[in-house]
Amino acid sequence: MLDHLAFETPKPTVIAGAREDWELVIGMEVHAQVSSKAKLFSGASTQFGAEPNANVAFVDAAMPGMLPVINEFCVEQAVRTGLGLKAEINLFSAFDRKNYFYPDLPQGYQISQLYHPIVGEGEIIVDMGPGIARRVRIERIHLEQDAGKSIHDMDPSMSFVDLNRTGVALMEIVSRPDIRGPEEAAAYVTKLRQILRYLGTCDGNMQNGNLRADVNVSVCRPGQYEKYMETQDFSHLGTRCEIKNMNSMRFIQAAIDYEARRQIAIVEDGGEVVQETRLYDPDKNETRSMRSKEEAHDYRYFPCPDLLPLEIEQAWVDGIKATLPELPDEKKARFVKDFGLSEYDAGVLTADTTNASFFEEVVGSTIGKLDELPLSPVYATTSDKPVGDFESIQSRDLGKLSANWVINELFGRLKKDDRDIADSPISPARLGQIVALIKKGDISGKIGKDVFEIAYTQDRDPEEIVETEGMKQVTDTGAIETAVDEVIAANPEQVEKAKQNPKLAGWFVGQVMKATGGKANPKAVNEIVAAKLGL
Amino acid sequence: MSDLNKLTIAEARDALKKGDVTSVELTEACIGAIDAAGALNAFVHKTPDIALERAKAADARLKSGEEAPAMCGIPVGIKDLFCTQGVESQAASGILEGFKPEYESTVSQNLIDAGAVMLGKLNMDEFAMGSSNETSVYGNAVNPWKVDDRQLTPGGSSGGSASAVAADLCLAATGTDTGGSIRQPAALTGITGIKPTYGRCSRWGIIAFASSLDQAGPMTKNVRDAAIMLEAMCSHDPKDSTSADIPVPNFEAMLTGDIKGKVIGIPKEYRMDGMPEEVEKLWADGTAMLKDAGARIIDISLPHTKYALPAYYVIAPAEASSNLARYDGVRYGHRASLAKGEGIVDMYEKTRAEGFGHEVQRRVMVGTYVLSAGFYDAYYNRARRVRALIKRDFDEAFDQGVDAILTPATPGPAFGLGEMSEADPVEMYLQDVFTVTVNLAGLPGISVPAGLDKQGLPLGLQLIGRPWEEGDLLNVAYALEGAAGFVSKPEKWW
Repeated sequence: MLDHLAFETPKPTVIAGAREDWELVIGMEVHAQVSSKAKLFSGASTQFGAEPNANVAFVDAAMPGMLPVINEFCVEQAVRTGLGLKAEINLFSAFDRKNYFYPDLPQGYQISQLYHPIVGEGEIIVDMGPGIARRVRIERIHLEQDAGKSIHDMDPSMSFVDLNRTGVALMEIVSRPDIRGPEEAAAYVTKLRQILRYLGTCDGNMQNGNLRADVNVSVCRPGQYEKYMETQDFSHLGTRCEIKNMNSMRFIQAAIDYEARRQIAIVEDGGEVVQETRLYDPDKNETRSMRSKEEAHDYRYFPCPDLLPLEIEQAWVDGIKATLPELPDEKKARFVKDFGLSEYDAGVLTADTTNASFFEEVVGSTIGKLDELPLSPVYATTSDKPVGDFESIQSRDLGKLSANWVINELFGRLKKDDRDIADSPISPARLGQIVALIKKGDISGKIGKDVFEIAYTQDRDPEEIVETEGMKQVTDTGAIETAVDEVIAANPEQVEKAKQNPKLAGWFVGQVMKATGGKANPKAVNEIVAAKLGL
Repeated sequence: MSDLNKLTIAEARDALKKGDVTSVELTEACIGAIDAAGALNAFVHKTPDIALERAKAADARLKSGEEAPAMCGIPVGIKDLFCTQGVESQAASGILEGFKPEYESTVSQNLIDAGAVMLGKLNMDEFAMGSSNETSVYGNAVNPWKVDDRQLTPGGSSGGSASAVAADLCLAATGTDTGGSIRQPAALTGITGIKPTYGRCSRWGIIAFASSLDQAGPMTKNVRDAAIMLEAMCSHDPKDSTSADIPVPNFEAMLTGDIKGKVIGIPKEYRMDGMPEEVEKLWADGTAMLKDAGARIIDISLPHTKYALPAYYVIAPAEASSNLARYDGVRYGHRASLAKGEGIVDMYEKTRAEGFGHEVQRRVMVGTYVLSAGFYDAYYNRARRVRALIKRDFDEAFDQGVDAILTPATPGPAFGLGEMSEADPVEMYLQDVFTVTVNLAGLPGISVPAGLDKQGLPLGLQLIGRPWEEGDLLNVAYALEGAAGFVSKPEKWW
């Protein structure tokens, strides 16, 4: 495993109040729906968009005498998530009941893990730009049941309940208050979602509600947070408010910003922030009180007597660990190291595994197209398949060149067509051919773009295009010499100027390229021009 | 054969195998007895059609030459707490008015699979909360035993089961026991009832009262029948996470009556102040009988016994308050009609006020209180610690080599219906004083009829066994039963 890239800590967001500056302190509870075909305690399907109340087992509807039975796969997914967040896995955990009445909660309680969560402390490195990142501590992850859906707007006098979602497994991922601004909060959710997607433990679909965040916001004077970090004593921090159920990155940022300013105004007016739960209204861009601490439910948590404590074995955890994929931080670091990419490019390419795999296949196929055999194996895409030797990739600059082609040409082109990389009309192998053709000197970068466009729109093989369309570079020095001679003969004044100022040699190169229809090998042209001009 | 309904399971099984009688004949005799016993109010939902259909199937199975299970063709009653597919299953509560489940509880399914014949559903205390069967929405069941004209309680919560078996309305019945609900009514009606080790019988499909304490068990005319029926009820059930994955032995085969060298513990803490002399004498007699049968009697101490009842009346209501939250009028059962403008909270409050009886409401409130913020540690957590200590008391006794523990089953004989209606609820809770420890520790316990009091009412003794050793426990009970020679039957008045 490669080390993380070195990073510096970002500056916290500072908001200037009427009197002084304030810093933000944010903690998050993210509810991530576990990717699993069946629910946490029943065999009912978790498929989204089914007919209302189609995916409901007797136990989901809390029929009398029905009992929950743990879905082992959901436990595995939670453990996998914990391992992905470099967290402590608790071999002993237990389920508790959280009691409250609501029509979409048929049991009258939610089965959750208050006292003994399955995952303990971990961390997420939240990237805030090349070389800058925030280390956010994860306090815990616990498994719990989702509730159903109450529908109040179908009938003027009645409410309806859809229990399809009831009992679906959620992971509640709780961070420490280590997030220091609205952008960091959004970046935190983005990074968490990226990791969950890499792991395959949550699809991260926020629109469907498969990833939702409760955001705890407080403000403090500069310097106070450092005191908190030193002592872990919350009294150094301001009183927090919790903004419930956010399912958009944009709203998370706007809500935090609004809430921080609201709290600053209260404190600067000599008031006190009241600890409470608030809801964000995106239409008005404001948060509103939902219930105060005093009105908070008394959930009467107690150990669920229908379920035995969950005891798992270290060997089982190790087995899951052995199947973990390469994670975003490691992949990014490897792309920087092995392919010579900038951290920025590596970040773009590792945003999701589809991009990363595509890129690695491009690099892999370029190697296959070059004459020299790789010296020693290179790690491949997401699999263990070697694609070549990274020393040679670096020396040939193939990684960088491939990254440029993927990010600038392919992503740009796909965006123009509003297409996803998964249905790119040009395969990684063909894009690799183009990169290899350029690298070998068969075509110039400029011609490469024309080849790309043809391959992309006409579904053709780049090598065949170059052959058929006669796009191969002229590398015959004789032909190039003739062309250079002709340009020199026709432009004596330019020749004199160029002898005074060698930079003007480029003008001759341009003329030669033009005369050869762009097919002359630019490197050869450069050399011959320089020689003929006596530079 | 006459009075087929008076047969024991073992007698009926042997007669069925020999072809002396058919299941249909047995079943018809029981149906006749049930129809004539309206005054006992034991059966609250009769299922004669289902019974006869299953009896015919059982007869065919017996005739087929296949080795039929012991319960094949035996007519039994099922406590209303068990969900039975397509048949009212209401836990004797108004809140489950008309509820007919689309599933069959694992225990009743095991009985069906063994060929047993369900005659109908039996009365009980509402949600199994009570010791006199007086909290039932159907009205109380009545004890077939009677003193003069005083109608007596059959005990509870499995009062209907006890009454029906004692009055020979069925050959046996299922019960459930959370704090004594099988053993106390068995003692009060002169029958045998065993609560097996927690985890022996699946709880799947049994309407929950207190999940960590609830266990099903048989209520039968004698110990042999209890062994036969228990074997049929037990199974490992993957649908119940607390069900134990251990083999179910042939309990009947373990009934040798030989208890020579067995060590029987007599716990001094069960000698309560104000215990009726007759109960004390019965206990001493029982001790002497076991000694005569070759057992070694030792005095033991279970020092935390006095805390058991308070701990039980914290833990059981706590779990019940949560288990009963699902009866909210939203999906099934009773829903209060609402006035215009009333909302969901009104619906909850009215539905639960109308649907639950007072004892259930009391326990839901107690349970809610002991779990609430600020009281959780003082009540619920402390009760859990007490529970652990009570279990440890038993573990230590068994570690000393004790094989079974002998205690009275109840503080006294059956009491008059309505007698406790004005009493402090705690007086009723004292009915469980000898039985709750067993539930808290998850142990098997059996009540065996051992004598009559001076009014001529039955009294029972309780034997408590090692976990998972119901076979040994049943054998000690079998020896006690043989020595006690209890053969009295209530005089038919109904």
